Amino acid sequence: MIVHAIFFYTFSIIAVVSAIMVTASKNTVHSVFFLILDFISISCLFIMIGAEFLGMIMLIVYVGAVAVLFLFVVMMLNVAQQKNQWFAGEQSSRHIPVGLIISTLIFFEIIIVIGGWKYKPEIFDINNSLANTNVSNTHSLGQILYTDFIHVFQISGMILLVAMVGAIVLTFRQRSGLKRQSYIKQISRERAEGVEVLEVHSNKGVKIDD
Amino acid sequence: MEYLNIVFQEVYKILFLLVPVLVSVAMIVWLDRRVWAFVQKRQGPNVVGPFGLLQSLADALKYIFKEIIIPSSSNKVIFILAPIVTMTLALIAWAVIPFSSTQVLADINVGILYLFAVSSLGVYGIIMGGWASNSKYPFLGAIRSAAQMVSYEVSIGVIIINVLLCVGSLNLNDIVIAQQNMWFVIPLFPMFVIFFISALAETNRPPFDLPEAEAELVAGYQTEYSGMMYAMFWLGEYANILLMCAMGAILFLGGWMSPIDVYPFTLVPGAIWLILKILLLFILFALVKAIVPRYRYDQLMRLGWKVFLPLSLTWVVLTASYLFYFNLLPVN
Repeated sequence: MIVHAIFFYTFSIIAVVSAIMVTASKNTVHSVFFLILDFISISCLFIMIGAEFLGMIMLIVYVGAVAVLFLFVVMMLNVAQQKNQWFAGEQSSRHIPVGLIISTLIFFEIIIVIGGWKYKPEIFDINNSLANTNVSNTHSLGQILYTDFIHVFQISGMILLVAMVGAIVLTFRQRSGLKRQSYIKQISRERAEGVEVLEVHSNKGVKIDD
Repeated sequence: MEYLNIVFQEVYKILFLLVPVLVSVAMIVWLDRRVWAFVQKRQGPNVVGPFGLLQSLADALKYIFKEIIIPSSSNKVIFILAPIVTMTLALIAWAVIPFSSTQVLADINVGILYLFAVSSLGVYGIIMGGWASNSKYPFLGAIRSAAQMVSYEVSIGVIIINVLLCVGSLNLNDIVIAQQNMWFVIPLFPMFVIFFISALAETNRPPFDLPEAEAELVAGYQTEYSGMMYAMFWLGEYANILLMCAMGAILFLGGWMSPIDVYPFTLVPGAIWLILKILLLFILFALVKAIVPRYRYDQLMRLGWKVFLPLSLTWVVLTASYLFYFNLLPVN
């Protein structure tokens, strides 16, 4: 048990400290790296409570894909310059109320959830089959997601799909004058179309355009 | 005291796994260069030791004694961390590879997910190295590799789903045992081909070695590295290639099982079969490097997103419906 506690506190301290460092560090790229560290320690915590599927999915989705794109964007933008402009100008004060509203909302949401959990535990007690330890948690997740909650699951999938299509449509620009490579056209080209034998008269030359 | 004993036992086990892996990485570099030379009718490294077998050792010695240069305008912490991350990630993945039904360091429930997660984390070593170098070529290489690895991970993930549909478990030993009657390379042959090509892209091997395309980017993300740090990148890269070969062997070629289930073959220990299969795949990797010219960047992206992803997704639908209608779904 002591070993368990040591591991738990190590991971949770790393998680909390790196979460603080995400907002505290001056360099944006550093804060993305701290975010990654945070994700990794959270997934270690998931594995410790026996939710190894969730932990691994967390690693694959958040660390392997989402955070890579974060890093990608942060490195491409010249964030340092932008930040200086933000903090120097009066623009920065406009963002503070929005941030305050969102953080108070999140705070109350968490309070409601934890309060409900503590005083009305029967609301959250959906299915006792989860407690069955003979089944691996990948199986039990699948059995619940694809039976009791199949509609919710499918709807959330559709919402994600719509969001993805929307993001692509919003950022899609049709540029003119773009030369695209067509493999079929290239492969099916015959010699007759590509090569032409011309008689070149002196001092006249040939017209090669068109 | 008892606890310490357990810790020591585990450390011994880990050393017994890691030392052979590192030695075989050195040998595999030699094999790679020999195969490459063989295709091009050259000799390759043949001077140091018998058949040039000690060439990698000589190279390693050279790297150790060279000076490590850290660029003054680089981000030093991340610059030093990058090769360490690459190397560590390439090595920790070996913990779940089963060498026989009992010889495995950690027989975890979600082994294949662990492998997939660790191989998808491999991109961080490259991005960190490229960004921290604070120089144009490494940065371009890092950005290319980020896009490339994220794209090809998607198709590898879908291919893994294909195999898992036939197995019904995420445990690597279960995956091997499910291939007792028929290796998955036969029913899922197109997926094996796509997996092989995606593995080439995932490990930045030619013809997809755009992150270090020497004609355009000097050496890509490795440009600013020297000495032991460069060698660590290099070791990590080859350990990753071996890992991908092991993954292919486990998913499609029956892992540690003998090809035919008859008397003289079953005597050979599983580890030997696994190593032979890994070697077979690696020689294919090396041949591809020698034969195929490098892809252009847009061709690479087109192949990943427009060819492999739809193809492997269609195959998931096919496999799932086949298993469903013929009542072959593995239910336990």
